[in-house]
Amino acid sequence: MTFQQGESGNSATCIVKGVKRVISRRLFMGTAAAFGGMTATNLLPAWAQSNGAANLGGLRPLDGQAFDLTVGRAQVLIDGRSGPAVTVNGQLPAPLLRWREGDDVILRVHNTLDEDTSIHWHGLLLPFEMDGVPGVTFPGIRPGETFEYRFPVRQAGTYWYHSHSGLQEQLGHYGPIVIEPAGTDPVAFDREYVIVLSDYTFEGPHRVFDRLMKSSDAYNFQQRTLGDFFGDAREQGLGSALRDRMAWGRMRMNPTDISDVTAATLDYLVNGHGPQDNWTGLFNPGERVRLRFINASAMTIFNVRFPDLPMTVIQADGLDVQPVEVGEFQFGPAETYDVIVEPHEDRAFTLMCESIDRSGFARATLAPRPGMTAPVPALRPRPTLTMRDMAMDHGAMGHGGMNHAASPAVDSHTMNHAAMGHGSAAQSATDHGAMDHGAMDHGAMGHGSTTHGAPAPETTGPQRHDHPAGPGVVGLAEAPVSRLHEPGAGLENTGHKVLVYTDLKALTPNPDTRRPGREIEVHLTSNMERYMWSFDGVRFSEVVDPIVFHEGERLRMTLVNDTMMPHPIHLHGMFFDVVTGADNDPHKPRKHTITVKPGEKLSLDITADAVGDWAFHCHLLYHMHAGMMQVVSVLPDTAPAARPDPYAGHHMAPSPAPEPMPHHSGHGDHH
Amino acid sequence: MRILLPTIAAAAFAALSGTALAQTQADAYYPPEEMAAARAMLRHETGGARRAFFRTDRFEIRQQRDDEEVLLWDIDAWYGGAINRLWLKSEAEYSFDHDEFEELEVQALYSRAVSPFFDLQTGIRHDFEPDAGRTHAVLGLQGEAPYWFEIDAALFLSDAGELTGALETEYELRLTQRLILQPRAELTWSAEAIPELGVGSGFGTIETGLRLRYEIRRQFAPYAGVEWSRQLGDTGDFARAAGGRTDNTALVTGLRVWF
Repeated sequence: MTFQQGESGNSATCIVKGVKRVISRRLFMGTAAAFGGMTATNLLPAWAQSNGAANLGGLRPLDGQAFDLTVGRAQVLIDGRSGPAVTVNGQLPAPLLRWREGDDVILRVHNTLDEDTSIHWHGLLLPFEMDGVPGVTFPGIRPGETFEYRFPVRQAGTYWYHSHSGLQEQLGHYGPIVIEPAGTDPVAFDREYVIVLSDYTFEGPHRVFDRLMKSSDAYNFQQRTLGDFFGDAREQGLGSALRDRMAWGRMRMNPTDISDVTAATLDYLVNGHGPQDNWTGLFNPGERVRLRFINASAMTIFNVRFPDLPMTVIQADGLDVQPVEVGEFQFGPAETYDVIVEPHEDRAFTLMCESIDRSGFARATLAPRPGMTAPVPALRPRPTLTMRDMAMDHGAMGHGGMNHAASPAVDSHTMNHAAMGHGSAAQSATDHGAMDHGAMDHGAMGHGSTTHGAPAPETTGPQRHDHPAGPGVVGLAEAPVSRLHEPGAGLENTGHKVLVYTDLKALTPNPDTRRPGREIEVHLTSNMERYMWSFDGVRFSEVVDPIVFHEGERLRMTLVNDTMMPHPIHLHGMFFDVVTGADNDPHKPRKHTITVKPGEKLSLDITADAVGDWAFHCHLLYHMHAGMMQVVSVLPDTAPAARPDPYAGHHMAPSPAPEPMPHHSGHGDHH
Repeated sequence: MRILLPTIAAAAFAALSGTALAQTQADAYYPPEEMAAARAMLRHETGGARRAFFRTDRFEIRQQRDDEEVLLWDIDAWYGGAINRLWLKSEAEYSFDHDEFEELEVQALYSRAVSPFFDLQTGIRHDFEPDAGRTHAVLGLQGEAPYWFEIDAALFLSDAGELTGALETEYELRLTQRLILQPRAELTWSAEAIPELGVGSGFGTIETGLRLRYEIRRQFAPYAGVEWSRQLGDTGDFARAAGGRTDNTALVTGLRVWF
């Protein structure tokens, strides 16, 4: 294995608007081995001329057990344009930290900003007071102060770190962590690169958030126009096109609402480089190259592929999985995948990372020699949302003849019932009104798991919504289903294999295979028009009680996405086992972040083994900032007798629907 | 209130049941007062922040068929959070021919989100022109009706006891990503005749307009359009009696800005 470490050259000067400032050099390293005898200077894109080394190779790692990390402001250059950034050691992304499982690490974080900062170690199992979330696990790091993090490294794999303060992460305060296993790595490879995908706005994150709050579609320049209407009318008939517009209009929802923040303001980066900068990693044909993908973006779900090079996924969120070969994968902010590629030909390969709404892309190149490039494929057409994303539609069940696109919203209630085949004649006549969930009573329908490839959590009728509604909650998923076997918006018909969560199988058996003792349900809720985002209808600013876990218990958290967007949901401090198949599957994939699709209901089994307060939030950072956050409090096991024994026949998910929660924030207290 | 009551109950419940420890476990490692301050800051930032908004929905020059040239503005501004906001609204018409405001009103309203798409607004309106000095109590509903009709409906009770109302609706038809056609209609109503203002009882004036704007940026859009208005019923009679006409057409050019 070769992990090349480059020379450091840390700053260069340039003139911006007549002011001479120091521009911190984004880190690249010069891959001495791969470079061979070549000189870098003749390979540089124009913008990098003053920077010394080219934008080649991997990130420059900081190695060892004690680290000094200085948070400060710097200017970055992206595709030749200079903008402000918050950086660690003057670099964007922040330095790659390379640790070894079993080491104790010390990280001294110096804050040179004029505001508080923090570093959260994303995906790491550590004492909660070292987790780095201001207002949850520590007070934050004041301007001019140094905070010393100190914890044992108990795991191996690809992780990352980022600020949890204000909007600093959006400005560049994120970096990768690679932890070498104490034993032998089950994966053999000849060379590795860390691929940090991110997004950057020259407009500034505070302005972006402000505009979203005032006009949530301000960045959507792919909306449906009059021309699209005529196009649809030509294809599907005027009536159908009109009914489709009416259905969306009646709900006041927008089928092109795929990303809140788009290429209209974002630049998409690979290791801090824009598409023109074309970050390049070198390989020798025939080598096994390990790519450690980290989605460190603030708001971007990426579709990642090499147009003509299959990838074998071998790790998800830092933990080894059974190898699975794919042509493409979609991943949300904060997720990581490690893949192996084996380019045999002596030519360049383009790494194409489209944003989910296809408004832009990040791009990099793998090449045998510097300067080689491969064609960059065109962006594919943007996907649109369907009624399925509202959890109202069962089109995928294959009940032919129903034209869902043409069906007004209210009719789709009827379709649900008919599709499930429960006395459809009697029930389909019932008009439930657009949002009247509470009043529906269809008895036990037991839909979901049998008809879909992947198991949905068992439900016993229409989805319950025992949380506050109000101005912050628009849609309520009425018949949410598991979509773990689906590849994600826009990747349904790519012609190649796209990774789905049900492909992921833990390489080693899960450490805890107890049945969960209880289930808590958390709804992802929103009002896009008002840009309000929340769990269970309550923004974090209004939440009183945290979600309570008890030390040692095994529990199931079921997430129901009532919104029209995918949300990468992240639990700090503990991995969760994603219930992708049978309940007793001992090889559930274990993750720290999972992207929950619109209208989806999925379950996560968790062992509450980490006492402390932990943040739990959507990793689309403006959603978190708008309120989609909670605290999970794992209380110490001081009175074990007071809790039911999870083995004592206390089955989870009591099938006749559980008692309504006493109030919005009391999730943790009934068991 | 709906949120507040359970919130208080929840806090009491938490205190009694021992979950008070939850969410404050870091106090064992860091100064509790620093943690409390950090918690308050995080909560405020995470869904509780307030902001300010300003918009010229219409800011335009009108060339009327009766050859008058008028400056019109229709401005909104608000400050607040997701649910509670202070709104300021102002509408004015300034005649260049007479060099004076023919109409100038300002509203200050407390606005509360009462449903996903509607705000209930209440406050006062003061008319500086015409007939300076009239003040009204306002009760209104503003929001997004099904099929994306933007609605602003309000009732006004003046200090002279007159009850009037106004209903305004706008729609946006996207011709391209930046070229937007906006039909608009406004209807006024009065419970009684107010002769000194030339207002009859019943429906007073209907205005319909069509504006085509180009969003150079989402926040900066010049537009051009036409506006047609007609005075109805008794209001029309007042106009005719005063020697004026009951309908009017205007070409408008303006600028729609928000920030």
